[in-house]
Amino acid sequence: MTTATPTRPRERDAFESDIDRVRAALGAGTRPSRPSVISQSFTFGWRALLKIKHVPEQLGDVTMFPIMFVLMFTYLFGGALAGSVTEYLQFLLPGILVQTVVMITMYTGHTLNKEIQRGTFDRTRTLPIWQPTVFIGALLGDAARYTMASTVILTLGLILGFRPDGGLPGMVLGTLLLLVFCFCFSWIWTALGLIMRSPEALMGASMMIIFPVTFVSNIFVDPSTMPGWLQPIVEWNPVSLLATAVRGIMAGDAPMFEVMWVLAASVVLISVFAPVTSYIYRRK
Amino acid sequence: MASELAVEATGVVKHFGDTKAIDGLDLAVAQGGVYGVLGPNGAGKTTAIRILTTLLRPDAGVARVLGHDVTKEPDAVRSRMSLTGQFSSVDDDLTGIENLVFLGRLFGYSNRDAKARALQLLDAFGLAEAGAKLVKHYSGGMRRRLDIASSIVVTPDLIFLDEPTTGLDPRSRNQVWDVVRALVAEGTTVILTTQYLEEADQLAGRIAVIDRGKVIAEGTPNDLKASVGSGALRVRVEQEDRREAAQATLERVLGEPVIVDADPASLSVRVADADRAALAVAELTREGIPIVNFSLAQPSLDEVFLALTGRPAETTEDAA
Repeated sequence: MTTATPTRPRERDAFESDIDRVRAALGAGTRPSRPSVISQSFTFGWRALLKIKHVPEQLGDVTMFPIMFVLMFTYLFGGALAGSVTEYLQFLLPGILVQTVVMITMYTGHTLNKEIQRGTFDRTRTLPIWQPTVFIGALLGDAARYTMASTVILTLGLILGFRPDGGLPGMVLGTLLLLVFCFCFSWIWTALGLIMRSPEALMGASMMIIFPVTFVSNIFVDPSTMPGWLQPIVEWNPVSLLATAVRGIMAGDAPMFEVMWVLAASVVLISVFAPVTSYIYRRK
Repeated sequence: MASELAVEATGVVKHFGDTKAIDGLDLAVAQGGVYGVLGPNGAGKTTAIRILTTLLRPDAGVARVLGHDVTKEPDAVRSRMSLTGQFSSVDDDLTGIENLVFLGRLFGYSNRDAKARALQLLDAFGLAEAGAKLVKHYSGGMRRRLDIASSIVVTPDLIFLDEPTTGLDPRSRNQVWDVVRALVAEGTTVILTTQYLEEADQLAGRIAVIDRGKVIAEGTPNDLKASVGSGALRVRVEQEDRREAAQATLERVLGEPVIVDADPASLSVRVADADRAALAVAELTREGIPIVNFSLAQPSLDEVFLALTGRPAETTEDAA
């Protein structure tokens, strides 16, 4: 305390001159007209991308994770299941793509839950904005992450010998369908992210849903090899339908039923969970 | 417009489970100046602020901010006030400038204007050099200044500051006080919560004392202090055997019972104001009783509480 005293007056004077600037800044803070909902959403999306830029470590889940998955499953199961690795890859890759991106959607709720704990939410909740743009923006940022993960997986697949009959258009359209589904599906996580008490509890709950849903599917093996009672469960698992749709589109032979089913499911998911999220958020 | 109240709360109640965090809160705050909300931890200050800033819905009662009902017209409330919460609301993973540009964009500034506004604010708050650094590397004082800057990207008519100086070193605290005064000078009404009587005294024109979710006293700082006296004068005499003489002198000048401390050279006495205390000390010197030192302690929040409630301030876990 005593040793700091001699330097204090000088430093304080420095800030006192700043006070005039604070006053000037206050005088200049005129209110612009309110931005559109789209502009607000993109501002939130921009923030999400900035965070990726500043903390690139968090991209581990969209880069390392998919690479590990593709390599592991291709080489572990390839020989046994399809006779050859390259042959299995044609079947597996679209499925791995689906599994990885669906898994990554969990982080949406995780990030959201962490932010709530930190108080940054109090700021956005007291702003005169259309509040759901907070989530739309965050999910737009996440869509960028999903795109990154998809690119990594498809590139690796092409290197390993994935040659879909649908060519590039097939791969792009298949990925697009997956992104649409995941954007809508993520609203489940935003709702859970608001309800759960801690990021850890949320991760636990998410795993309980994601693991069975992605593994008990037709991603790794053809359901006809499974016991009879399991087959209908696997065939009607939404992830199986999604995987079949993506696989079909990439093979240049889009299965109408599955594609329509995925699109319908997306509409249902977003129209249920987006309002639920908004409701919980307003009531919080 | 100036005639409408900045805050008007009637019978506001908020429960958290079985605890009544706010129990029939009534407040009427006029526009202009600083209004202090004083109370110990857990008195319900933060809960009250969260209700007034649309973050929590009251279970009962009506709260209006600048004429708008906080539950029915939250958007109208949000467009005229801003909040600097007790916990940092700036984003650690972004730089200072990005934090402000982000808010500017949400308010509707163009990219260029948002950037210009961010630079202006950083400069005003002495953060120009730190602007490009990630906020997680900021000190507590810098973070608080950025937080306040974030609250005035668009100058609000009313700003809520929830314990703005808690946890800050004295220098940073003084800077925050300067900013509060600047806000008032520019016409923004400031509502600030604090645990320190001194802070409310320094800044606020009026003070509400909150206890157990209720306002238990309201008035100017002088009104409040009058209820407890301005504090205690403590004197330490050079020779222990002169203490009795000193005691007699102080009692004569101040007309209050003098408390004999455990320390054999020390005395303390309640005083109504600082002038009287100065007189008393001068009288000791005049009578040739040498003293080692003396101090005048501000009445603490505890003393105010004791005077108002007849029991010490309890600090319980703040419910929100």
